[in-house]
Amino acid sequence: MAAQAKYTLPDLPYKHDALEPHISAQIMTLHHTKHHQTYINNLNAALTSLTTAVSKNDIVSQLHLQEAIKFNAGGHVNHSIFWENLIPFSSPNAQPSAAPKLCVALIARFGSVEKFQEKFNAVLLGLKGSGWGWLVQDIESGNLEITTSKDQDIVPVGKKPLLGIDMWEHAYYLQYLNDKGSYAKGIWKVVNWKKVEERFESTLEGVFGTLAGLRNNL
Amino acid sequence: MSATLFRTSTAARSALRAGASSRAAAIASTSFVRGKATLPDLPYDYGALEPSISGKIMELHHKNHHQTYVNGFNAATEQNQAAEAKQDIAAQVALQPLINFHGGGHINHTLFWENLAPSKNGGGGEPTGQLKNVIESSYGDFSSFKTKFNGALAGIQGSGWAWLVKDNETGQVQIRTYANQDPVVGKYTPLLGVDAWEHAYYLQYQNRKAEYFSAIWDVINWKAVEGRLK
Repeated sequence: MAAQAKYTLPDLPYKHDALEPHISAQIMTLHHTKHHQTYINNLNAALTSLTTAVSKNDIVSQLHLQEAIKFNAGGHVNHSIFWENLIPFSSPNAQPSAAPKLCVALIARFGSVEKFQEKFNAVLLGLKGSGWGWLVQDIESGNLEITTSKDQDIVPVGKKPLLGIDMWEHAYYLQYLNDKGSYAKGIWKVVNWKKVEERFESTLEGVFGTLAGLRNNL
Repeated sequence: MSATLFRTSTAARSALRAGASSRAAAIASTSFVRGKATLPDLPYDYGALEPSISGKIMELHHKNHHQTYVNGFNAATEQNQAAEAKQDIAAQVALQPLINFHGGGHINHTLFWENLAPSKNGGGGEPTGQLKNVIESSYGDFSSFKTKFNGALAGIQGSGWAWLVKDNETGQVQIRTYANQDPVVGKYTPLLGVDAWEHAYYLQYQNRKAEYFSAIWDVINWKAVEGRLK
């Protein structure tokens, strides 16, 4: 039997305190080393069980494992996307001007970058429970869209994720408590616009393929 | 089911039936102005559930989170009344998710506060009487029930609640989980609810949610739970 694939926690492209004051070091540390790690641990455990079920031709167990795989793999993918589309406020890449082509498309679609941000935040605040807000590009039409996914669902087939914002309470609660509106506002100060532009210009394979941590050790 | 829900206490009754008193007035005037849902008082102080749940969590959870559901429910029902008046069915249907979410949040939290109690007021311990019998009939013994309930809480993927419910058809009890603020309605009567949203524990337990699930048993108001069984 082939060795079991193991996914590992990617390093952050900045220090845990680098997004202060918009996201506290305590939040980033817990979010990265505990929450993200837990998704990876549970994903690896589920995949090990899946390998066993496959080797036994146990189709029922394979089906039962789908939910755990979807949730934990989704958590791994989403957080990997999230870390990379954030950057310290002091970086020039934290300005929309670092994404000139995307800004043209955003203005064409939403009127202005500010209007896009307002719309995006309204969508974030409309989430009922845990989930994510996304700027995606429809692969067929090329259109930009704001969308949400619940819990750890990843963006659906046919859409390319450009920017993902975590709206689980663990992403902001220690700092913002129930004031999620202030979190949604503050996060724009630490968006890595250059990274979002790269994804805008890249293929779907390019977006996912460059994510550290999504390559297993096989 | 609603009888059980509304019987829990004066506070819960007034919170969940705020419309009752003004309904008569509305009928009399035919102007269809309905009473608003209101935040119920907690039956104990914010700090009373320490160390299981910190006073800060209880205060934010009650004064801010629960209040937001109450406000959201009132806003959505107001819009729904406007849509009804215009016979705009599409708008009424579109409002249902908001009513379910905020109305569910209001019901769930109201039940939650009442099925908790400080240990000096009888919180913790084990169920007795009829409740003990039905739990043992479904789960063998109390300890197995607790293990199963904690497993259900831990298995929630995202925000949600775990409930001990009574199946209204068979009279048997079972553990069920509900996503987000979906309320226990229809075929089931809610007996005991535990909030597994991160805001219910994060300030104290952070990602160690299993510790919250384990500590909450010290402040369960089994008398209130038993009262809902009847």
